Formats: sequence, C-alpha cells, structure tokens
Amino acid sequence: MRAEKYPRKTAATMSYINKPKFKHPQMQTNDIGLTRRDYEGTLTTLCGGCGHDSISAAIIQAAAEMSLEPHRVAKISGIGCSSKIPSYFLSKAHGFNSVHGRMPSVATGANIANKELYYIGVSGDGDSASIGLGQFCHIVRRRINMLYIVANNGTYGLTKGQLSATADLGSRTKSGEESQFDNIDMATLAIELGASFVARSFSGDKKQLIPLLQAGLSHKGFAFIDVISPCVTFNNTDFSTHGYKNTWENHIALSEVDFVPMREEITTSYAAGKEKEITLHDGSAIHLHKTSNDYDPSDKENALHHINAYKKQGKIATGLLYINQSTSDLHELQETVDKPLNSLGNQELCPGSEALNDINNTFR
Amino acid sequence: MSELIQSSRVTGLTKINDFVVKFANVNGSGSASANGMFAKAVFRMGIPISPHNIFPSNIQGLPTWFEVRINENGYLGRREGVDLIVAMNEQTIGKDIASVLPGGYVLYDSSKTLANELLRDDVTYLPIPLKDICLEEFEKPTQRQLFKNIVYVGALSAFLSIDFKVLTELVSDQFRGKEKLILPNIHALELGHQYASDNFDCPLNLRLEKSEKNKGKILMDGNTATGLGCVYGGATVAAWYPLTPSTSVVDSFAKYCKRLRIDAGTGKKKYSIVQAEDELAAIGIAIGAGWNGARAFTATSGPGISLMQEFLGLAYFSEVPIVLFNIQRVGPSTGMPTRSQQGDLLCCAYASHGDTKHVLLFPANPSECFDYAARAFDISDRIQSPVIVMSDLELGMNEQICDPLNWDDKSRYDRGKVLNAEQLEEIERYGRYLDSDGDGIPYRTYPGTHPHKGSYFTRGSSHDSYAAYTEDGTVYAEVMDRLTLKMKTAVNYLPEPEFSETTSNKLGLAFIGTTTSAINEVLDSLAKKGITPDTMRIRAFPFHDRVTEFFDAHELVYVIEQNRDAQLKSLLKIECNIHEEKMHSILSYDGVLITAQHIEKSIIDSMSDMDASGEVPA
Ligand SMILES: Cc1ncc(C[n+]2csc(CCOP(=O)(O)OP(=O)(O)O)c2C)c(N)n1
Ligand code: SF4
Ligand SMILES: [Mg+2]
Repeated sequence: MRAEKYPRKTAATMSYINKPKFKHPQMQTNDIGLTRRDYEGTLTTLCGGCGHDSISAAIIQAAAEMSLEPHRVAKISGIGCSSKIPSYFLSKAHGFNSVHGRMPSVATGANIANKELYYIGVSGDGDSASIGLGQFCHIVRRRINMLYIVANNGTYGLTKGQLSATADLGSRTKSGEESQFDNIDMATLAIELGASFVARSFSGDKKQLIPLLQAGLSHKGFAFIDVISPCVTFNNTDFSTHGYKNTWENHIALSEVDFVPMREEITTSYAAGKEKEITLHDGSAIHLHKTSNDYDPSDKENALHHINAYKKQGKIATGLLYINQSTSDLHELQETVDKPLNSLGNQELCPGSEALNDINNTFR
Repeated sequence: MSELIQSSRVTGLTKINDFVVKFANVNGSGSASANGMFAKAVFRMGIPISPHNIFPSNIQGLPTWFEVRINENGYLGRREGVDLIVAMNEQTIGKDIASVLPGGYVLYDSSKTLANELLRDDVTYLPIPLKDICLEEFEKPTQRQLFKNIVYVGALSAFLSIDFKVLTELVSDQFRGKEKLILPNIHALELGHQYASDNFDCPLNLRLEKSEKNKGKILMDGNTATGLGCVYGGATVAAWYPLTPSTSVVDSFAKYCKRLRIDAGTGKKKYSIVQAEDELAAIGIAIGAGWNGARAFTATSGPGISLMQEFLGLAYFSEVPIVLFNIQRVGPSTGMPTRSQQGDLLCCAYASHGDTKHVLLFPANPSECFDYAARAFDISDRIQSPVIVMSDLELGMNEQICDPLNWDDKSRYDRGKVLNAEQLEEIERYGRYLDSDGDGIPYRTYPGTHPHKGSYFTRGSSHDSYAAYTEDGTVYAEVMDRLTLKMKTAVNYLPEPEFSETTSNKLGLAFIGTTTSAINEVLDSLAKKGITPDTMRIRAFPFHDRVTEFFDAHELVYVIEQNRDAQLKSLLKIECNIHEEKMHSILSYDGVLITAQHIEKSIIDSMSDMDASGEVPA
C-alpha cells in the first residue's frame, strides 16, 4: 500500500498538477469503483511548482487509495494560497473557504453539526500561526475529530512574500527580508496542547506524506500535520529554511509510516524495537519504522525532546511525531446523541406545548 | 431625630397600587433574592409591577439598586421619582434619600444612627434595627448578613400590606428541595413584620390592595424566554463567549436543554454548547454548524458584535443561516456594561464591510423574546442569511409581566430551500446560487447528501450562480442584485409592524423594543390633554411597506428611541426615504429605560415650539 517510490533530491521544485478530466476506460478503480479522477478537484491556479499543489495531489491519492467516499468529506479552509487547496481535490465534497485565520471555528461548528463526515481542514502558516493562532490552539484543546493540515511555507504567499511566524530565526525570503524572531513550531505546539495525532512532512516527499494523511484521516480525534510546502515564488531561496533545498537536505524522519487499510491482511513482520504496528480505531493499521530505538511516538515528553534536539542541529524532524489513541473527541466528551445533530427534526427537538405550560407555571 | 421622624410620619403620601419602591443595596450582599421575593409577592397579589435592576459591572461591594414600579393601570415603563426607598447602602444613602419624592418614605437600618444631614422634613422615616434584630436572632455570620434583607421584606409586608401568606408560599416555592431553609426565612419575615407592626401605624398610606390585573400572566425575564425559544425553535448548536448582558441567554438554553433535550433511551444530549475562546470563534462555530444543516446561534452584546463583523459579512455573502442575539448594552466601547440602550441598530443593520444588510427583529417583551427566538431560526433557514434578534439589557435581564409563552403543536420547522438526494437526482445541473424561483433565494444542500450531485464550494469571495470563483464584475453585480431581491423577499417572513387603531390623526409615534413599555402611559396622559397620536411599533428590519405608509399617512411622526444618534430615524431615512421634516426624534440615552414622562414632555415641548413658529400641526 505504500506510495510509489519517489526519487528524493531530484526534482526539487516539482509538483504534480492535475490533468484535465478525461476518464480512460481501463483506468484503475478502487474498492468502491472510483478512479483517481473522481478524487480530483478543479484545475489549480497556484504558481507552477508551488508545494501546495503537491499536497492536493497527495490528498487525492491518499483518499483514492483508502476508497473514501468523496461526498462524505467536508473540506474547510481559511484564506491564503494554501487555503485554496480544497478547491483542487475532491470536487464531489462540499468545501468552505471561510475567512482568514478562522477555519478552526468553522470546522468545529461543522463537525458538531454532523459527526459522521470526514473533516479535512487546510490552512497556511499565516492563517494558523498568526491571525488564527488563537483559534488553532483552541481547536486542538477541543479535540475535534478531523484532519488539520497546515501547508507551511514560512511566508504569506498570497500577500506576496512577507515573513510568517513559522519562519526560523535568520531565515531569509526572496526579497532578502530576514526573520529576527524565533519561530512558532506548529507541531510541538499541537503536541503540547493535547493533539492526539501530530505529524510533520514535506510536500515534496509524497512517499512520506500520503501514508501520514491516510493515518491522520483514520485517526479518531484531532490529527495535525505540519506540511512544509515551499513557496517557489517568494520563499525558496538557499537562505530560506522553508525552501526545497533546505527541506530536502535537512528533514529527518523520526518514524516512517506505512498505512494499511482495514481490508488488507497484515502480513509483514517487523524486527522488535525498531518497528511497531498500531491498529487505529477504524480497523486500519499503521506500521511504524523508527529511526532510533528510543523514539517512542506515544511519549509526549520524548517526542518534544527529539524534535527540539534535531532543531538545534538545524534539522527538521518529520514523520509521525506523536500519537495517543485513548483520548475522546468533543462529541464523546459532550455526550451528544448518536444521530448527527443536523438530522434531528421537530419530533426530536421540540418539547411541545404541554411542557411549555408547565414552564409557564413556574413563572406565576 | 426620633422626634422629627415621628412628626413627619403623618404627612406621608397616600397612594394605593401606584407607587415606586426602590431598594438601594451593596452588590454581593444577598439582596437580590429578597428584593425579587418582594416583587413576586406583589405580582402574586395581582397588581402589575415592573422591576428594574440597576447594577454595577462588579461582583461585590459596589452599589446596586432594584426599582419596582407598582401600577394598577399596567404602566410597565419606568417612572422617575421614588415613593419608598429601602436605604441599605451607606455609600449612597445621601443620594438615595434625596431621590425620594416629597411625602415619601425612607426605610433604613437604625442599628446605627442616621447622620443629621440625612434628615429631611418632607419625608417619613421608617427606622428598623435590622442588624440588631439579626444579631439577636441568628447564630451564623452569613445568616446575620443575609437575613437583614428578608427582615426588611417582612417589614414592608406590614407597611404596604402585602399578604403574608403570599410571602410564606413564595419562600416555600423558592426553597423547595432545601426545606431546612424555609423556617429560618419565614422567621426572618415574621421578625420584620412584627417589628413594623409594633412600632408604626401599619399599613402606611402608601399601600397595596389585591387586584385581578395579572390573571393569566407570567413574570419572566427576556433572556430566559430567549434561551427557551431556542430550545423550541430547534437550535442544536450554541456557541458563545461570556458577555453581560447576553450570558443568561445561553444559561437559559443550557438549563432547559438539560431538562428537555436529553434522549430518553440513551441519556445522551440532543444539543451541543461550546464556550468559545472569543466572539469570533463563537460566530464561526455557529456558521460552520449552520452551513452543515444544524440550527445554530450565538448570543452577545456590543463588543462581541464589533468582533463578529467579518464573519457576518461572510454569512451574508455566502448565504449561511445563523441566528444571533444581541442583548444591547451601552456603548461605545466598553461603555456602561450593565446599562441598557438601543445603540446597535446601524451597526447591526449593515454589519461588515461592503454592501451588506441583515434582518433584525425587535422583541418588546419576554413572550416575544420566546416567539422571535424560535421564529428567527425559521426565517434564517428560509432566507439563508443571518438573523439578528435585537433585545437589550432592560428586556433581557429584568423580569416583566407578559402573556404566557405559547407554542402551536401543529407548527413545523421551516428548513427553507434544501435539496435532498432524490431532488438532486432530478436536477440536470445544480447551481448553489441559481435563483430558480425568482425570489432571490437559491437552493442549498447539506454536505454529504449525494455521491456526485449537489456539492459546491462555499466562499466569501465573489462567485457565480454555480459557486465558482469569479472576478467578472457583471456576474458579481448580478449576485449583489439578487441579494437585494432576497432581502425584499425576506420582509414577507418578518413580523409586521403593530399599529394602534387609526384615528386618521396627523400625529404618529414610531418606536421599537423596550420603548413600548412607556407608550400606553404616554397615550393615556396625552389623551387627557386632547392629543391622540397613532402608534406604530416596528418589529423587524428591513422595514415592511406599511412602515412607509404610516409615515405617508401622518404629517409628523415622533420617532422614539434609546440612543444618542437617532439610529432608527436614520434607518427610516435610508431605507424608506422619509423626509427629515416628517420625523421628530425623541431620544433617551442615559442607560436606564426611557420614561413616559420624558416622552410626553418632549412631545409637549416640541408642539409648543412648533405652535410658536406656526409650523406644524397639533
Ligand atoms: C482579515 C484579513 N487580513 C489580511 C488578509 C490578507 N491575507 C490574505 S492571505 C494572507 C496570508 C496568507 O498566508 P498563509 O496562510 O501562510 O498562506 P499562503 O498564501 O502562504 O499559502 C493574508 C495576510 C485577509 N485576507 N484577511
Ligand atoms: S505565491 Fe507561493 S504559495 Fe502562493 S501559489 Fe505561488 S508559490 Fe504557492
Ligand atoms: Mg504561508
């Protein structure tokens, strides 16, 4: 089930843009009879080579391979080049491009209204780490069952290349502006605030990103993926820590993941210590390949320690950074009914006139 | 001093069922429930009352007042001047005693002697040693403090001739489930009653007589009714951020949901309440839920409204239903957080940048708060746009006599134009923003409805009929024009203005919301002077055609409102093109409810000005 091998360090600015719609009769169908085309969106309007287009492509492939029903997904975003991503995948799914920095609240409301859909939130580093940092923190705390992706390019692409709050100290954009401040690391922040699934990846590393997306979608609870997604137009210099060059050279997977959908028999066996199988709530599984024996993604402190230690060496820790399968999501915490709230009607919701008369009597 | 007190007593005002009792207390001293008990007792005696809390933005230690107007005629507005003050706050006692009308009464705690400068010779003093009585009768320090309040209620029952049985029943009702508290409370009432009867000629000339005026009525505050209206209206999602005076809307929703919205089989909840991190998130959550087909609301006040502007524009332009309760308080900025005003009309009518317009509803009493809350969800679903219910602190947080809440079991929620999977099957090509019916209202779909039909991309950026992004100015303008048409259509679903019987008079009064409470009194009083204006109570925005017709039919209309800038008048000018000369503003913006006296005086003054200049009609 792993994605095809992607040659590292070759096409540094490559992205995979959707082809025009055309269904080849012999095109491969997935378990629910859909082809990759059924998971595509509209044609991208982003710059050629933008990392964000690779994220769209990875989501398309991840969803197709998992045989997700496109219409059972809701895509929600804020504002920015990154927030346009939901247009470019799953056109059979409803999408909501909301306002700058406020995707978390809209996603929260949507999720509360109908717990049965998959929710994919897509945001940028400006959207989630600056204007929307408050909302980001609170959606993590509220444990909304969704996949939250930040397409992180260290800059505000849409407003032409200002530094963002995720830009590392000393990182320089194309205009030569240098970051004078310490960066906000969305992944460690998410871990600290109680996210139950936290990963980091790179838009150029499809092999790593796709299984992480699939695991994040299958995970019950708040799944966060910080995807480094270079902005070729404004922040892809040799001095930018969010450019292709630096990311290729310095991203190190703490744990690589294979995703095994529920329907597949799990056959591989792994050497003890370095590999581990984790069964997710929906019956699918992830196989973890750890780069070092003492890396344990279920240990919060340990995860934070490793990420920070790598950062000191100028390295970017990627892969599945943290997972905790024993938390409850908001619906469980609030004990909402099993049926989606948006499906309840008069009968279930209105207490009627008799109850109202009793209430009136308490005000006499 | 006692000589003065004794001698002044004989000159007391004589008034039956028509006076104002004001309680001056210290915030956090436990007076609220005692004062409420007093108001409720008068209500249960069948006499119309209107209680008003005038409280500080503070938890403990600052002055707070509770003013109860008692009026057999059912005048529920505020009235200036106090007939009897219960002066329990040493910080304000000077001002409090000064507020009493000549011939009025001052009940105070005589455990400490009253300073000489506080003595007036035109009022009657009713000294009761509240602290001493409680020290002697009660053990615990908290009881000694709290029961001072109950003791004065007991004394008032003797002074004003409140049916003692009504009071004891109230105590039993209030402490049902906490029976241990009933006896000490009744004892405290008796102590007060006894002391007053033993030391004064009771009842006073100021007193109550049983009446039948409250038959069938209830006594309730607007926010409680609003929260309950949300339960009946089918709201399942509430998101909010605490803000006086809106907090009790969600408190009420939560309270009634716990009772009425629990699934019998599983014990699980048919609702969700999220205390958001701020008002931006609160309205964002409501919009997300509204978009996804749940009935969702948020409740806030001025500062929250300011924060919600961007999202309101999104909901307007992308056509997402949500209900917003604005319990208005005094602005600008933090203003006077615990005082009331109708100051957010303009900022809500056109909330957010660009060309926007929102439906506003103006409830005037708790029954209407209930009705409009429930109805707001139907309207919002029908027109796929925000509906803002414009209550205010006065209505939201004070109890008011009103008709019992009413629900028609035959009514069904109107979820508006929503396509299901079967309907989508029959459609060749679905367009989210297509105006198929020519009324400006398109059809929407909920996420997840159909495997390959009906999905669309919601956005706050310019879009065409198929929800696709566009920068084509013509297409954009078409959408904007459709939204104008939609707002016209919306008027058909809104409560119409309410009119008095037309006397084809030249004069009219136009007003909204809590101003209504003063109107009957104004009319009765003006009628005695031979002035009989017609009235129009506006109940919704955008305005109904009949609003314009009312102005057309009258030579001069007094537009009465509670803000500085005549915002209602501005809206009438903008929307109905009504000429400046046709309208005369009567304004009140000191943070307390507008009074009939103020309205009447403004009318009389303006008429004599006009008489003098020979301009307009009388
Ligand atoms: C309230 C508000 N302020 C400012 C903007 C302008 N704006 C649009 S996108 C953006 C930054 C986007 O950065 P990011 O989220 O990182 O997305 P990217 O374009 O880099 O993918 C800004 C500042 C806006 N749309 N709304
Ligand atoms: S400006 Fe940057 S982020 Fe935006 S589309 Fe172009 S490359 Fe991508
Ligand atoms: Mg960015």
